[in-house]
Formats: sequence, structure tokens, C-alpha cells
Amino acid sequence: MADTPGRRPRPLPQPTPETRHFWDGTKVGELRLQRCNDCEHVYFPPRPLCPACSSRDVEVFNASGSGKLLSYVINHRPHPSFDGPYAIAIVELDEGPTMLSNIVDCEQTPQALVLDMPLEVTFEDNGDIAIPLFRPRESQS
Amino acid sequence: MTVAIVGAAETTELGKIPGLSQIQLHADAALNAFADAGLKASDIDGVATAGESPVNIAHYLGIAPRWVDGSSVGGCSFMLHVRHAAAAIEAGYADTILVTHGESGRSGVGRGGRGGGAGSLLAQFEGPYGSMGPTTMFTIGVLRYMKHYGMTHEQLAMVAVVQREWAGMNPRASYRDPITVDDVLNSRMIAYPFHLLECCLVTDGGGALILTSAERAADFPNKPVYILGSGESVETPMVSQMKDLTSSQAFRIAGAEAMRSAGIGHGDVDHMMVYDAFAHLPIWGLEDLGFCERGEAPAFIEDGNTRPGGVLPLNTNGGGLSYMHSGMYGMYALQESVRQMRGTAPAQVPGAAVSLCLGVGGMFAASGCIVMGNELP
Repeated sequence: MADTPGRRPRPLPQPTPETRHFWDGTKVGELRLQRCNDCEHVYFPPRPLCPACSSRDVEVFNASGSGKLLSYVINHRPHPSFDGPYAIAIVELDEGPTMLSNIVDCEQTPQALVLDMPLEVTFEDNGDIAIPLFRPRESQS
Repeated sequence: MTVAIVGAAETTELGKIPGLSQIQLHADAALNAFADAGLKASDIDGVATAGESPVNIAHYLGIAPRWVDGSSVGGCSFMLHVRHAAAAIEAGYADTILVTHGESGRSGVGRGGRGGGAGSLLAQFEGPYGSMGPTTMFTIGVLRYMKHYGMTHEQLAMVAVVQREWAGMNPRASYRDPITVDDVLNSRMIAYPFHLLECCLVTDGGGALILTSAERAADFPNKPVYILGSGESVETPMVSQMKDLTSSQAFRIAGAEAMRSAGIGHGDVDHMMVYDAFAHLPIWGLEDLGFCERGEAPAFIEDGNTRPGGVLPLNTNGGGLSYMHSGMYGMYALQESVRQMRGTAPAQVPGAAVSLCLGVGGMFAASGCIVMGNELP
């Protein structure tokens, strides 16, 4: 998964007005979530309304960037942007929401990728967009 | 029964709205309609929309519907939605239905259509990570299930082995030669923990159904198969946003609704189909519909309960794993239920009088469930 010459860049998101704050955050090294001011529900992906109580009174805050490995697959089929096999993972953030990501600084094997292992966010610069990825916490010094 | 409109609103602004994407225009109008009616999303149990998938709208607003309509026939779609909604409320399929429209026709912000463009939540928050469609995303919750419930790789493989047994009895099945657990585990790795033989086929094919009233049904040449009950739901367009990776909310709602409306219990079901795009789908289906306790379906299958001669014959055509899978396999699951209820299936279940057919849409995004019977209820 390290940068490989000739590898195509990963498919990049196109931010919308409702998700712009998230992608502005990743660009400056912040993982931003939203919280409802009426019912305290913390949610992701971004939208200007609470999916728990329909309130429009929501705020953006910086998450800790810590989470754990909830589940994953290791894809063995070729992808133009990845050197396989590579893991696609669901991370459960300490604040509650889950998000899809890749796990870096870690062998892409069932032996190295242990469910519930602690993870921390890191950001991959792709020009205009920085993509949040996760790496093992406490493992790389 | 007369049905009424009790909330109505447009978006806060009209005209040129470059600050809102298309899905947020749907949501803005919906929130205004909620305010108009004094409701919130949790009060809504039916969703209809066009231009966006009803899955996207339900997930975005936080609705867990038991009735869904995505009829999309152009600008008059919403008239059809109102008509379908009135029929649904009369039938008891839903109590409170939301119909939404939103279109960034001028500014073109977040116009992805049903599949979702680069600005869709799916493209923004799942697309960058090398997901390759169903083989990587339908399957991603299974390691969590294995850790939580202790399912083994051998038990997952057993699903494919049992369905191959059924396929062996079906001359039209794509693959009919018996396989073993070792054959499955030695087949090519597609997306760990899934091997080739735990993934569905890719084939061509088609199917069609014709329905009429039970009164008229007696005049037709073949034995009528009666619709005893039905259910439907949607959860999320993004697997990573499922509330529980080891269970499908859409299965739970659709299945419970189908059994409730059919007035049947688990013991009444003689034959069952669960759309099996991958080997874990029958496990999710058996547990989410309550045929097994959570975590017990792998042993239920391993013990032979779903194989020929078992107490709950399941995927008797061989399923998506061995019979065929053209992409939208639900039609073939329905066809097998019809054959079983007519008594004409190649692997006919003796005396089967009630068949439950559970379908999945997207990757646990949606579900539809039909209960059929061979006698007039």
C-alpha cells in the first residue's frame, strides 16, 4: 500500500456543502464529527441534521482520532490504486461512529490485523484532499 | 379507509441554492414537513422518493421504514407515490409515510442520481478505500460475526456445501458436482475470509411473475400460489454505517412484518429461500428472522437442518452459490418458492404448504420478504 510508481491514485471524494467541514478538517490533520445539541447523539457521515431526533441544531467537533478495528476483509483481486492483497477495514471510533478506512503501517494479514486492536488516525495527502487512514496505536513507537 | 395529507412543506429556499446538495434539498424539505406536522423521523414508517434512492433518504434522515417506494417514472413520480402510499396505509403496510423530492437542477450540487456520483456519501466515505463492490463490502462484517459468535471458517464453508447438495438435484443448476468443506477452503481466496466457492456465480438469465386476484386465480391453468404476507425495509447505502455488522436491520423489519401479516409462526414455514449472494447471507437470514437464536445458525446449518431431508429446507434450487446469479437474484428465489408451492420443484419438499422468501438489495441496504402458500388463506 505504500506509494508505488505507476500506481493510480485512489478514487478521491468530491466534497459537498454538507461535508466540506470534514474534508477541510482532514486537510489540517483533524478528524471532525458532528454532535446533536438537543439529544447529544454523535454521528457520521456528515449532514446538517441529527439522524436520531431530526434536530437541525448540530455542531462540529474534533474527534480524538482513536478507535479500534471492528471488522475487515483482505481483498485479493487487483485494484488499480492498491498493491494487493490489501485490507479494507471498518473502524469504530472512540466517540461511537464507524467509518470505512485502510490500515497502514501494518502487515495486511489475518495474523497482524487482530480485531479490536487499538488504532489511531493518520492522514494521507492527495493534493486538494487528505484521506483519513488508520494505523496501529502503540505499535510503531 | 380514507387517507389524508397531514404535513406539507417545500425547501426553506427556492431558486438558486448552491449551498445545498441534492440529498440535503430532500432533507430540508422533509424537516420542514416534519415541523409542519409536529413529527420527527422516528414517527415515520414509510418512505417514497424519486431521483434519489429511498435507501439514501431513509438513512440520511434516520428512518427505519417498513414500507418503501422508489418508483421513478419522471416528474409525475410523486403522484404515483401518493397513490401507492394511500393504498399502503389502507392495507396496513405503513401508518405515516414521507414522500420527498429534491433536485439541484440549476446548481448541480451533489447530483448523483440513484447510484450516487462522486459527491454521494458512498463515493466520499467508502470509495477512496479500494472497495470493489460486493466481494469486499457485502462480506466485511463476517470477521466480526466470527469473533463475536465463534463461527469457524469450516462452518461458513458448510453453507456452500449444503447448497451444492440441493443443486445436485436440480438439472438447471450451473454447478451440480458435490463439494466438500476442504474444496471450499482450498478454492481461490477472493476477499479474506471469503473463498471463491463462498461467493455467488455470475450468470445470465431472467424471470417474470403475473399476479391477479385470488378470485380470478381459479380460472388459470396452473395451481395458484397465494401471497400470504409480505414485508420490506431499507437501512443504509453504506455497509460501514450498519448499526450492527452481524445483523441486518432491513432483514429484521421486513421478516417480522412478513410473518406478522401472514399470521404465521416459525413452525409454520415448510420451505425457505434466503438470497445468498455470499455464504453468510443464509446465516444472517435465519437469525434475523428468528428461525435461530443469534449466533446459532452456523451450527444449525452444519447439523444438516437445511439440507435435503432437514427440518427447514433452504435454498432448494442451489441458490446464488450454485444455481445461478445474474446480479439481481431475487427473482429466482421467488421462482423457486412458486415451484415449491405448485409442487413442481426439481428438489420438491414433500408436503410443503408455506414458503418464506427473503431477498436482499444492495449490500444489506434493503430487504423484501414474501410469504407464499398453496392454499387460499
